[in-house]
Amino acid sequence: MSYVSDSSSLNKALRQQYLSLPQGHSYQVTYVWIDGSGEGLRSKTRTMDTEPKSIADLPEWNFDGSSTGQSEGRNSDMLLIPVCMFRDPFILDPNKLVLCEVFKHTREPAESNHRNSCNKVMEKVKDLHPWFGMEQEYTLLGVDGHPYGWPRLGYPKKQGPYYCSVGADRAFVRDIVESHYKACLYAGIKIGGTNAEVMPSQWEFQVGPCEGIEMGDHLWMARFLLHRVCEDFGVVATLDPKPMTGDWNGAGCHINVSTEQMREEGGIEHIEKAIEKLSKRHVEHIRVYDPHGGEDNKRRLTGHHETASISDFSAGVANRGASIRIPRQVGQDKCGYFEDRRPAANCDPYAVTCAMAHTCMLEEGKDLHELE
Amino acid sequence: MATSASSKLSKTVKQQYLDLPQGDEVQAMYIWIDGTGEGLRCKTRTLDSEPKTIEELPEWNFDGSSTYQSEGSNSDMYLIPQAMFRDPFRKDPNKLVLCEVLKYNRKPAETNLRQMCKKIMGMVQNQHPWFGMEQEYTILGTDGHPFGWPSNGFPGPQGPYYCGVGADKAYGRDVVEAHYRACLYAGVKICGTNAEVMPAQWEFQVGPCEGIEMGDHLWIARFLLHRVCEDFGVIASFDPKPISGNWNGAGCHTNFSTKEMREEGGLKYIEESIERLAKRHQYHIRAYDPKGGLDNARRLTGHHETSNINEFSAGVANRGASIRIPRSVGQEKKGYFEDRRPSANCDPYAVTEALIRTCLLSEEGEEPMTYK
Repeated sequence: MSYVSDSSSLNKALRQQYLSLPQGHSYQVTYVWIDGSGEGLRSKTRTMDTEPKSIADLPEWNFDGSSTGQSEGRNSDMLLIPVCMFRDPFILDPNKLVLCEVFKHTREPAESNHRNSCNKVMEKVKDLHPWFGMEQEYTLLGVDGHPYGWPRLGYPKKQGPYYCSVGADRAFVRDIVESHYKACLYAGIKIGGTNAEVMPSQWEFQVGPCEGIEMGDHLWMARFLLHRVCEDFGVVATLDPKPMTGDWNGAGCHINVSTEQMREEGGIEHIEKAIEKLSKRHVEHIRVYDPHGGEDNKRRLTGHHETASISDFSAGVANRGASIRIPRQVGQDKCGYFEDRRPAANCDPYAVTCAMAHTCMLEEGKDLHELE
Repeated sequence: MATSASSKLSKTVKQQYLDLPQGDEVQAMYIWIDGTGEGLRCKTRTLDSEPKTIEELPEWNFDGSSTYQSEGSNSDMYLIPQAMFRDPFRKDPNKLVLCEVLKYNRKPAETNLRQMCKKIMGMVQNQHPWFGMEQEYTILGTDGHPFGWPSNGFPGPQGPYYCGVGADKAYGRDVVEAHYRACLYAGVKICGTNAEVMPAQWEFQVGPCEGIEMGDHLWIARFLLHRVCEDFGVIASFDPKPISGNWNGAGCHTNFSTKEMREEGGLKYIEESIERLAKRHQYHIRAYDPKGGLDNARRLTGHHETSNINEFSAGVANRGASIRIPRSVGQEKKGYFEDRRPSANCDPYAVTEALIRTCLLSEEGEEPMTYK
C-alpha cells in the first residue's frame, strides 16, 4: 500500500464550498520563486485591489531569505521582481500566479537566479529566433519516499511494459498527470504533451516550443504546478535524476533546440555546426546541466538505460544512447532541430538554455562564466 | 488488497482539475499496438484546434526500443493516425487516435497487421463483408487472481454466473457498465454485454463493422477497457485460459457475412465458405492468437464449449464445433456464421484478413497469397 499525506484526506468538497465564495474586487496574486537550493520552489500570496492585466501592474515584493537558504538572518530581506504571469488553476480566475526573479538587497541577482544572465544572452541572440522544447521527466513517490504504486517493501517487475502503458498493473498515478496537464493548459503554459516513462511511476511532460527566455519561465511554472497538484493528491514529485539505483531508468530533461536557420531548408548544415561546437564544450555543459556541477548527473549518465556516458560526447541520428540525438525525421527532411539528452531532470532550464545559446549561437571565444 | 494504490487517490480532486476549461487547445492521445502484438501504448500531444477528420492529425514518432519494437541505436518509429474517436476520459473536444506503426524505413512494424488487412479488405469491398466480434475477458485484482474470488482459493463451480445478477454471482459489473458507456461516447460500435460462464469473466460485442473497421473498433474498445480498469484499480486480461481446471477459457468468436450471404438463398454461400475453411484449419489456427496457435492450445480442448484445436467441425447451433451456424440462420436460409476459434487475445486484423483470404479470395494451402 502506498502512503498519501494526511492533508490529502481533508475534505475536498468542504474546501470547494469555501473556494466558491465570491471575492468581490479583491485579487489574489501568488508570487513564486526559486530558493537557495536552485531546485526548490517557494510561494506566498498577496491581495491586490485591481486585477493585474500584465507584469507591469505587479509590484515588487520581498521575503525572508534566511528561511530559504538565500541570506543571513541579520540581513535577510531579498527582493522579488515579477517577470511572468499565469492564470491560477487552483483558486481560478481572476487570481494569478507570478514567477519572480530573486535579488539580493544590493540589487544583484541571487546566487540561484540564473534567469538574469540567461535573459542577457537571449537578448543577444534574439534575431536567430531560438526555439526550445524540454522533456521533463519525474517520479511520483508516496510520502514515505518509495515510488507510489510500488509494492511497499519491494520492487515491481522489471522495465519493459511501462513506457506509454495503460492498465492498473503498468500505469501508476495517471490522475496526477491528467490533472497537471489540465492545470497547465488553464494557466497558459505551453505544455506540448505527456507520456508514461520506462520506469513505473515515472512520467514525462513536454513544454515548448518556447522562444528564448520563455523556455525557463514556462518550465519552472510547470514544475510549480506539478508540485502543487501532487500536494493536493497527497503524493510527492521528485526531479532526482536517479531516484532508484539498480536496473531502473533515471530521469532527465532532454532539450530540443533549433534556430530559424536550422528550421529552414538545408538547415541540417547549421545543426551539424552546432553539434560540432557542443562537442568542444562537453565538460562546460555537464557542469551546468544539474544544480550540483555534474555530481547529480554522474549517477544517471552511465551509458546504460538510454543515456550516454558522462565522460564521452557522442551524436547520432535516432540514437538514444548518444549525448545528442538527431531525430530520424530531421535526418530525412535535412532540416529541423536536435535533441541534447544530457540535462538532468533537476536542471535549471535558464542555465541550460543559456549555455546552449552561448555555445551554439554566440561568437566564439567567451567563457560561460564571464557572463555570470 | 485487490485494487491498485493509484485508484485510491481522490477522484474528487481529479474531477476539479478535469473541469478546468482548456481554451481552444485539444489533447490528442495517440494509441498503438506494441511489439508483443497484444499490448497497447499511448501518449498525448496538444493541438491548437480541434481536428475534424483524420487527415488533420499529424504523423508522430516514438521510442521503439522501449516497446519491444526496435534497438536503442536506431529507435525512432513512426505513428500514422488511422481512426479517430472521442475521448471518454478527458471528454470533448479531446480525441483518441488509433495509429499504425512504421519502422524507420517506413515499412510496417512486425506487429502492424493492419496494413495488409486493409489491402485485402480493399480487394473485396464490393462484397460488403460484415464482422461482429465477441470479446471475452477476465477481470483480475492487482494480485493477478480473478477479481472477487476468495484470496487463496476458488468460488463455487460454474453454473450460476453466466448472465447472472447478485453480489454472489456477478463480480465487477461497475467496470462493464463504465466501459459500455465509454464506448458509446467514444463512437465505438459496441452492441452488447453479458456476464460469462466463469465468475469475473465478461463479454462485450463490437459490430457489425464493415472491412477494416472491425479491427479498428475492437482495438479501441480494448484500450478503453484497460483504461477503465486502470481507473478502478483492477486489470483486464485477455489470456485465453486464465485459470486451468474446470473453468472456461476466453475467446473472441467472430461472426461473418457478405452481402450475398445476407440475401435470399444466402445459406448456399455460407456453406461454400465453411467448406473452404474446412480445408485450411491450421492456417487459421496460426492466425487466431498472437503465438501461432500456442495460446489457443490451452483453450481449445473440446471441453468448456470449445472445439478441439486439432479438428475442424461445423454445425447448426453447435457450440462444441469450430464453426456454428445460428439456428435462425439455418431456418431462414440466409444470414451469417460464427467462427468460434479465435482466442480472446487475437489480433482482429489477422482474424478478419484470414477469413477474407480463405472464404472470398478462395485461397488454399499453408501460405498467404501475395497480391500486387
